Amino acid sequence: MDLKFPIYLDNNATTPMDPRVLEAMLPYFVEKFGNAASRNHSFGWVAEEAVDYAREQVAKLINADPKEIIFTSGATEADNLAIKGVYEMYASKGNHIITCTTEHKAVLDTCKHIEKIGGQVTYLAVKEDGLIDLQVLENAITDKTILIAIMYGNNETGVIQDIKGISKIARKHGILFFSDATQAVGKIPVDVNADGIDLMAFSGHKMYGPKGVGALYVRRKNPRVKVTSQMDGGGHERGMRSGTLNVPSIVGFGKACELCMNEMESEAKRLSKMRDRLENSLLELEETYVNGNREHRLPHTANISFKYVEGEGLMMGFNKNIALSSGSACTSASLEPSYVLKALGLGDDLAHSSLRFGLGRFTTDEQIDFTIKAIKETVLKLREMSPLWEMFKEGVDINAIEWAHH
Amino acid sequence: MAYSDKVIDHYTNPKNVGTLDKAKTNVGTGLVGAPECGDVMRLQIEVDEESGLISDAKFKTFGCGSAIASSSLATEWLKGKTVDQALTIDNMDIVEELNLPPVKIHCSVLAEDAIKAAINDYRVKNGLPELVAEKKTH
Repeated sequence: MDLKFPIYLDNNATTPMDPRVLEAMLPYFVEKFGNAASRNHSFGWVAEEAVDYAREQVAKLINADPKEIIFTSGATEADNLAIKGVYEMYASKGNHIITCTTEHKAVLDTCKHIEKIGGQVTYLAVKEDGLIDLQVLENAITDKTILIAIMYGNNETGVIQDIKGISKIARKHGILFFSDATQAVGKIPVDVNADGIDLMAFSGHKMYGPKGVGALYVRRKNPRVKVTSQMDGGGHERGMRSGTLNVPSIVGFGKACELCMNEMESEAKRLSKMRDRLENSLLELEETYVNGNREHRLPHTANISFKYVEGEGLMMGFNKNIALSSGSACTSASLEPSYVLKALGLGDDLAHSSLRFGLGRFTTDEQIDFTIKAIKETVLKLREMSPLWEMFKEGVDINAIEWAHH
Repeated sequence: MAYSDKVIDHYTNPKNVGTLDKAKTNVGTGLVGAPECGDVMRLQIEVDEESGLISDAKFKTFGCGSAIASSSLATEWLKGKTVDQALTIDNMDIVEELNLPPVKIHCSVLAEDAIKAAINDYRVKNGLPELVAEKKTH
């Protein structure tokens, strides 16, 4: 098969939409354009029926009841709704939330907002492999704790937290457990009942569906969870999220969930095999390290540091042909590299030297072959150009040098 | 962010990558930046003692494409200049030549710092006082 360029290996940022999803959506733009809240005519009924069907497709993927699905504009909104909504709804019970330092900014910044309005937040550190320590989590619980917010699979490293272990602790103390599962749903089996999750955020565009649609799962039984709405209006979505439903996108989201449901098992096997081959080939290079736990990890993600070369410079060597992302943030004004990698205890230098690979449904073996070759060549070329590599090879202790920090 | 053609050209075909013998008295070495910041430049000059001209310049850089291009360009500009002429190379000349965007100006500042550090090393080795450079923000 002929390779088409550029190769897309940034599926943790967003996934291309599956053509079957687009096909399902198309009738709902022009022909079946009704408002799902219009109760008095067939246009509304057709739209409502489509939304109901999509809600079933979405619920089925995570083993929830369709009534427990609140459609939102995406995972960021679902994160906000879960955290702010629980904080307000359970204010009489307490004001303390526990989260961790490697969460997505949509969770971290929402927690910062909670702190600003008088709440208390504990940010758990993670261990070197990216996992939180369950004992530390349990020790952080106070009689004011109302919510534990820990993500399912990390967007940068792919590390999967011990979700069942966390929910067991939450249950034991009568605390709600919210998980941002944006990277996990559709990639690995996620079962809100077996996992003991009370609220869960996820998004369409990370699973081959459209952008601008996502959902918050809100448990209805054992316990019955409620959140205050963060968007007031017509009382849609059981009053938790007002706003006319985005019917075409919801239909697409439903279809995307159905496809994942059917294909996830074989797809996860295919991707982890490809990911491992990519990773093991790149690890043949000296001074190359995998970031995060390799065992408890999403099947499509790899995060690798190539010591003594800088990530952005590295990407420039092949970014005409390969699209992926780096833990280096050389273009940002702060020059701060990835906070997720730093939370794993990586030095800034290793964080600057990292690449994140996000494989997906349309990734092929040929693309992986090309990527391995291109990255190896670029790393070797840049190391020849790197003063740090030369020092390392001469046995100079780079940490002993007094660098002028700018 | 798209790189300028000149940055891409220097990155793809860097000029004067390598190492000069830092033990020689007519070689000046400047090592600037820090691994934690994502940029380290080492720039070296070799001065022809008879003519007083910079006869050779080499660099090695750990950093993004703009940092590599800035140091590659600096070595090109250094060759054939006297040490005093080399001191007049300003980071904004590099910014202009490479069309660096504002977020990459620090790469050019680092290259200027590397030139000054190499010249100072050369001066100190040859019994001349160290020059105090004006501080530019990165």
